[in-house]
Amino acid sequence: MYQYRRFNNKNGFFQKFGNLDYILLSCLLILGFISLATMYSTDGGEVLFHTRSHFIKFVVFFSMMLVISFINIKFWFSLGYLSYAVILGMLIWTINFGITASGSKRWIDLYFLNIQPSELMKIFIILCLAKYFHRMKAQHVNSFYSLCFSLIIIFVPMSLVIIQPDLGTSLLIAISGIVVLWFAGLNHKYFFYSCLLSIISLPIIISFLKPYQKLRVLTFLNPDRDPLGAGYQIIQSKIAVGSGGFTGKGFLKGTQSYLEFLPEKHTDFIFTLFSEEFGFIGSVLLLLIYSIIIYRVIRIGALSRSYFAKLFCYSFGTSIFIYVVINMSMVLGLLPIVGSPLPIMSYGGSSMLATMIGFGIVMSAKTHSQQSIA
Amino acid sequence: MININISDSAIKLNSLNRRMFILATAKIIILGGIVSRLFFLQVKENKKYLTLSDKNRIREWKLPPIRGEFQDYFGNTIAGNFEAYQLHIIPEEVEDFRYVIYRVKELLELSDKQFKKIVKKKNEIKPWETLIVADNLSWEKFSKINNHLYDLNGVKPVISISRDYPYKENFTHVLGYVSQANENDLLTNENIKEKFVPGLKVGKTGLEKSFEQKLIGSNSVERYEVNAYGRRISQLAFQKGDKGETIKLTIDTKIQELTNELLKEKAGSICVMDIYTGAIIAMHSSPSFDPNSFVFGISQDEWQLIRNNPMKPLVNKSLSGNYSPGSTIKPIVALSALENEIIKPDFTVQCKGHKNPLELYGQTYHCWKKEGHGFVNLREAMKQSCDTYFYEVARRLGVDRLSVTAKKFGLGQKVFKDVFDNEKNGLVPNTEWKKNALGRNWVLGETIITGIGQGFIQTTPIQLCLMTAQIANGGYKIYPKIVVNDDNQYADKFTPLYKKSRNIKIVQDAMFSSTNEVRGTSYRSRLDDPKYRFAGKTGTSQVKKITELDRELDLKTFQIPYEERDHALYVAFGPYKSPRYALSIIIEHGGSGGTVAAPLAKKLFKMIIDRHEIRKNYDNKKYLDI
Repeated sequence: MYQYRRFNNKNGFFQKFGNLDYILLSCLLILGFISLATMYSTDGGEVLFHTRSHFIKFVVFFSMMLVISFINIKFWFSLGYLSYAVILGMLIWTINFGITASGSKRWIDLYFLNIQPSELMKIFIILCLAKYFHRMKAQHVNSFYSLCFSLIIIFVPMSLVIIQPDLGTSLLIAISGIVVLWFAGLNHKYFFYSCLLSIISLPIIISFLKPYQKLRVLTFLNPDRDPLGAGYQIIQSKIAVGSGGFTGKGFLKGTQSYLEFLPEKHTDFIFTLFSEEFGFIGSVLLLLIYSIIIYRVIRIGALSRSYFAKLFCYSFGTSIFIYVVINMSMVLGLLPIVGSPLPIMSYGGSSMLATMIGFGIVMSAKTHSQQSIA
Repeated sequence: MININISDSAIKLNSLNRRMFILATAKIIILGGIVSRLFFLQVKENKKYLTLSDKNRIREWKLPPIRGEFQDYFGNTIAGNFEAYQLHIIPEEVEDFRYVIYRVKELLELSDKQFKKIVKKKNEIKPWETLIVADNLSWEKFSKINNHLYDLNGVKPVISISRDYPYKENFTHVLGYVSQANENDLLTNENIKEKFVPGLKVGKTGLEKSFEQKLIGSNSVERYEVNAYGRRISQLAFQKGDKGETIKLTIDTKIQELTNELLKEKAGSICVMDIYTGAIIAMHSSPSFDPNSFVFGISQDEWQLIRNNPMKPLVNKSLSGNYSPGSTIKPIVALSALENEIIKPDFTVQCKGHKNPLELYGQTYHCWKKEGHGFVNLREAMKQSCDTYFYEVARRLGVDRLSVTAKKFGLGQKVFKDVFDNEKNGLVPNTEWKKNALGRNWVLGETIITGIGQGFIQTTPIQLCLMTAQIANGGYKIYPKIVVNDDNQYADKFTPLYKKSRNIKIVQDAMFSSTNEVRGTSYRSRLDDPKYRFAGKTGTSQVKKITELDRELDLKTFQIPYEERDHALYVAFGPYKSPRYALSIIIEHGGSGGTVAAPLAKKLFKMIIDRHEIRKNYDNKKYLDI
């Protein structure tokens, strides 16, 4: 016991510094570099607004991640509920006083920057639920009370985001929450039944969708039904990816994006542009980098001493995986178009901030891997 | 308590790790799915998407093809091209169309009517199609636009090639004219449809229409890289099209101009033909109009003026004017009678004048001369154009035998086959035709008036010219042509049309007497110099039946209302010693052939024969060059 405490006390700044996961860090830096290069390409081979802004955001939030790494994981544990409540408050604020852009209220004006609380919620819901299940005894996990509570935690932010309206993000928030539930040990049958239920109720859900959302589903099923309208994005995206070929068209030579056939090329469709310019090789390489990052995140979880850290790392890693998979499936025409950014690659401050906070907490779990939480 | 705690967290950790493992497996499978999708799109279907991507980014622009030219026999351009200054707008590429169009209106000083037309046109076309705001700007306005280009985003000053007819109205009916291709042109001509670009001009009538396929040429193609909004980014390729073929006509511009001069202020036609080659030396229909005004669309006022002119400028009288040939048919009647051995040249008839007209079944048939001609033989009858003589010949000959000869010499059928789409057949009647067409039997009286070219018989000026040419060349079949190197080799070219060549000689001689001997109907128009001497036959075709009252009054031409005046005709060939050219002249409502039409021939033959040397030399030189 004494020795352990000694060890703990020695856990000073340099000790922490040495304990950082350098593979993860370098992978994140590589990804950051790739995303900057891609952003440079979307600006047409010039350093314009998007490139500059993305660079600043990446540098600021990467540094912030490093700072977070040195903060004890205990601090994040204690902040679990509070941060969730704050973000929830921000979501309510958004609904009333948010900034409207392209038909939905998603941003709040913090004077020095506009922030999208729904993106932050994707991370903090994991934090909140991880804290909730950390304290719970194994036999209580499947109790009616805990089930109800965790579902409320998921549903409240989800519905707040849906009415913005932002179906994509709200689904991602729900998925993040459900992932935590899965790791916490919720009985398989719940997942099975809810899957079954959602499939059965799919037609009913569709009837509640907004016309443009219905159109997206129909378009996904058959993009050619309106090639210049609703199907345009997905058709052009597939053309871009497909025309990239094995080795790609070359950096700054993606005609689809350069000639503005690609919609939303800075954000949701950034992978399309990357894939057009760097081809199959580049895309697989990018996937490999993401895989390494996710693997490192999960490995950190596996090596952590506390259940909270494990649960957070596993859930966060899995969420990142799901975001990547959903984004790519969407641009490759495997899923309907829903607004979901590609972590770190896509342009967008809030998404970058949330992702970096997540990586910061993971890194903090690494530097404090021997830390146990009561 | 501690034990329970430990085992509890152990259970939780176990479950966590087990589930992590399950999910990790799932993740690898999903990743495999994504990679295989990437492989499918980027490697397996690469070609398909590469094509689609090129289709996206590459757009081709067809430019109007450069139309082939027309040249006369001596290589002068009679329908050429000139650079027209135009103003194009692609509405899609203009940010503020309203502003730009008002600015253009101001600069070009467009009238409200023109302006409305442009705006209407803009609403009809697709936003990425070219809107032609002005198609033939003056240099001043064109440079004015160029000076203000900074203010006119999206406006394109274009130098385009357009049709030009330097001889204005001289060749209108031969060449026709070009104008903007309309829907009908696109539907009827595949070639036009294929080469169509906004503003394409196509032939509407005449040779311009007939030779459309050869003249049109092929489009130049510009290939551009465009962005998603259709804006051109860079030019990738330029493929030059071919200019249309140059078509050389047999026409001599100088003579053509003379025909125009001679027919000024008159309605009528002149055709001149080489009697051996069938080459058309001149062919003019009057009044004519300036085809240049059709190139960029004719104004409504000008169009109404042309359309409502009682002299019918739009009709090509040489080819589609059906006229009673009048006395100009007499050489054929005489020839037919001789060929069928109905009469001998010394067959004589007494012409007694108006007091004693020929009477048949209650109908009377008058000669044109009040006092009568007395006893006339064939030569005298032709010379003085005695109608009574030919009534008698026609009565003996019968219309069926006459129609055979007339058709043989080119009457009653199209001279140019399908070269001109407005050419008329004319009509050579016979008993069978009347039975089929009118359902009634032929009456002898109709035969008699056919003998002097009245009644059902209808001929076009070009047919009369061909008929004369074939008599002049000694009775051999020729095929008229208007395009040099029109190598249609007809098997029956130069086959004799006669049974006895002596008969042709007799007719030629009779025509000679008509022009060159005293009392000949066109004696006053003769040329005495043997070099220029020509032979001809006058004709005066009635537009309306002459009543007894008219005969009593015996009015002069100018005293009769215009529409009721006779058509004046004249057919001739020359030089008489060794004939080379034949012509036909018709002046609508001109009066008598001898006084109105024949004098024109005098002027024409002077020039035709003078220019024959030049034409021959030009031919020889051409061969020397090769």
